[in-house]
Amino acid sequence: MRKVLAVLVDNTPGVLVRVAGLFARRGFNIESLAVGTTVDKTVSRITVEVDADNEMLEQVIKQLYKLINVLKVSNLSEFPSVHRELCLIKVQANANNRAEIQQILSSFRAHIIDISHQSVIAEVTGSEDKIEAIISLLQVYGIMEIVRTGKISLMRGSKTVRNGETG
Amino acid sequence: MKISGARMVIEALKKEGVDIIFGYPGGAVLSLYDQLYDSDIRHILTRHEQGAAHAADGYARVTGKPGVVFATSGPGATNLVTGIATAYMDSVPMVLFTGQVATSLIGTDAFQEADITGITYPVTKHNYLVKDVRQLPRVIKEAFHIATTGRFGPVLIDLPKDTQAAEAEFVYPEKVSMVGYNPTYAGHQGQIARAAKLIARAQRPVIYAGGGVVFSGGHEYLLEFAEKTNIPVTTTLMGLTGFPGNHRLSLGMLGMHGTYWANMSMSHADVIIAIGARFDERVTGKVDDFVRDKKIIHIDIDPAEIGKNIRVDIPIVGDARMVLGELLKKAEPLATEAWLSQIEDWKRQGPLCYKQDENGKIAPQYVIEQIYQQTGGNAIITTEVGQHQMWTAQYYRFSRPRSLASSGGLGTMGYGFPASLGAQLGRPDELVFCIAGDGSFLMNSQELATAVAYNIPVKVAIINNGYLGLVRQLQEFFCRRRYIAVDIQSPNFVKLAEAFGAHGLLVEKPGDVAPAIRRAMDINGPVVIDFRVKDDENVFPMVPPSAQISEMIRGAFK
Repeated sequence: MRKVLAVLVDNTPGVLVRVAGLFARRGFNIESLAVGTTVDKTVSRITVEVDADNEMLEQVIKQLYKLINVLKVSNLSEFPSVHRELCLIKVQANANNRAEIQQILSSFRAHIIDISHQSVIAEVTGSEDKIEAIISLLQVYGIMEIVRTGKISLMRGSKTVRNGETG
Repeated sequence: MKISGARMVIEALKKEGVDIIFGYPGGAVLSLYDQLYDSDIRHILTRHEQGAAHAADGYARVTGKPGVVFATSGPGATNLVTGIATAYMDSVPMVLFTGQVATSLIGTDAFQEADITGITYPVTKHNYLVKDVRQLPRVIKEAFHIATTGRFGPVLIDLPKDTQAAEAEFVYPEKVSMVGYNPTYAGHQGQIARAAKLIARAQRPVIYAGGGVVFSGGHEYLLEFAEKTNIPVTTTLMGLTGFPGNHRLSLGMLGMHGTYWANMSMSHADVIIAIGARFDERVTGKVDDFVRDKKIIHIDIDPAEIGKNIRVDIPIVGDARMVLGELLKKAEPLATEAWLSQIEDWKRQGPLCYKQDENGKIAPQYVIEQIYQQTGGNAIITTEVGQHQMWTAQYYRFSRPRSLASSGGLGTMGYGFPASLGAQLGRPDELVFCIAGDGSFLMNSQELATAVAYNIPVKVAIINNGYLGLVRQLQEFFCRRRYIAVDIQSPNFVKLAEAFGAHGLLVEKPGDVAPAIRRAMDINGPVVIDFRVKDDENVFPMVPPSAQISEMIRGAFK
């Protein structure tokens, strides 16, 4: 089962290596990973998606807490949460099919953000399902390159990782 | 007043009450050593950085104080790694300072540059690379705090040359505040009450005690608790000194080479009370069989250990001593007579045994028993890793906490001898024996120079069977006696000792074992005793890898 963890860490050099190294060392698989600073600039937030059963996830969380630089870990899969991912897709396109591609994208509320004679770049934001759907639709045109940010997530409502429940 | 980073280290060490450092100098720690020149802190120059790390570890295990190490950048730092990993696996408090190339050179593959913080992430409790000298006082304070609280462990501080040279105001913090580090000491009262209830109903309870009992100072509570409840106690290698080995309730060590009766007790128990132990696979054997028909209470200061290797019915996160103290308050005498007499039967059925012919070759177990006899069980023992280590666990009945330093988790050959030097320096009035194998001793025998230079009077008993014995034993059982790479030719250990300026004794006859031990004890200086023992003796019992712990190979007389 895929689970999403929000990990608040000290914003210090090497902290990502510590976290990523721990996953590798203990044999936990990372499905996706996104990192950025928070309102408090001394704190970074790592959103990490792991494929783990409940027991394994408990062990992941406990091991994360052993890292001195880890401040808080929340299992967002336990709470109603919104999950988003940004994906840029470079597709083979020309004057003949550009409009068609544009149409597919609009129905997903995605945009074209770059156009050349042989290609377009589509920007898609949304859930994983939505991104997968678009990718499959665009495959017929020939996808040249894809880049994805990895999932980022927040709990619904006023609850936050800092003040809310831990995983 | 502003002082240099190097000076700050020395000042901070004084504040931490450090009076001894194990180390080896080099280009990247010139200023650090220069500051040491003016200080009262004693520096022990080992002959290899690995020796320094193990010596500091041995010092820490027998004193309970953190071991402190200095080493230079690059190879100096990488040479520490085995020592750090050894300490990490066995939760030993250490603070290690390494030199580093100047910050402007970091990442350029400069001379003697190694990314030691990167290398030691997996084997330290925490580590620091300090680029700003103003952070140094806080970092050192945190390092000592982290090393010596919660589950102990090694912490490394990497100091670039310019950080050592740069100056800043030195204010050593009184307190640390780290949001991400708050170990739990007091156990949850509700859980403790549940545990007490479960214990009160137990028919066949066993206490399984590990290193946490020793490190927390919980041995007295453990003794009281066991005596009050009449529950037998088995220990891990790390926990051996946490319960008196000759006590009526002692089952000795459990696990792969544990006693028959300890493993049978664990296997047939209905309630297991694990205290400061981690259900290592060498202890449980096949996990599914191990947990069947049992309730398990697991007390540990590290929450991540609970539920890691085994499912647990009542987890209690907390300090072993404090939780034992609480359990003690609720303890009631149990009617365990039938259970204890069943255990006595097992003891009679599968005693520890070996054969010593008076005119034959020396049995290795006999040497250990004689060391036990001659020292009255009161020596501080360090071991290397291998058959001699397991025989020590079986035949030396420890009576005092912190009287054994042995590499349990990592199983580091080459640990015991340098560790004995640290142990002796930490407890100068005690008799220290290092029980070694002929293979292990050679891994750090250069430290004889250290022992002689400082006249550290450790007694090294080499159980010399001409083999890497434990591997030979494994090859005998699991590789159809196709012995490969285990037949070792050792130097003349007596001459080796003498070449370094130590005493050397050779013992080849059983009748000479005890006199040699006494002779060594009378010499005020380091002694190496080369005990030539039977070459094909095996450690029994033995639980084959991945078998149930009740399926022991018990051995037979040869």
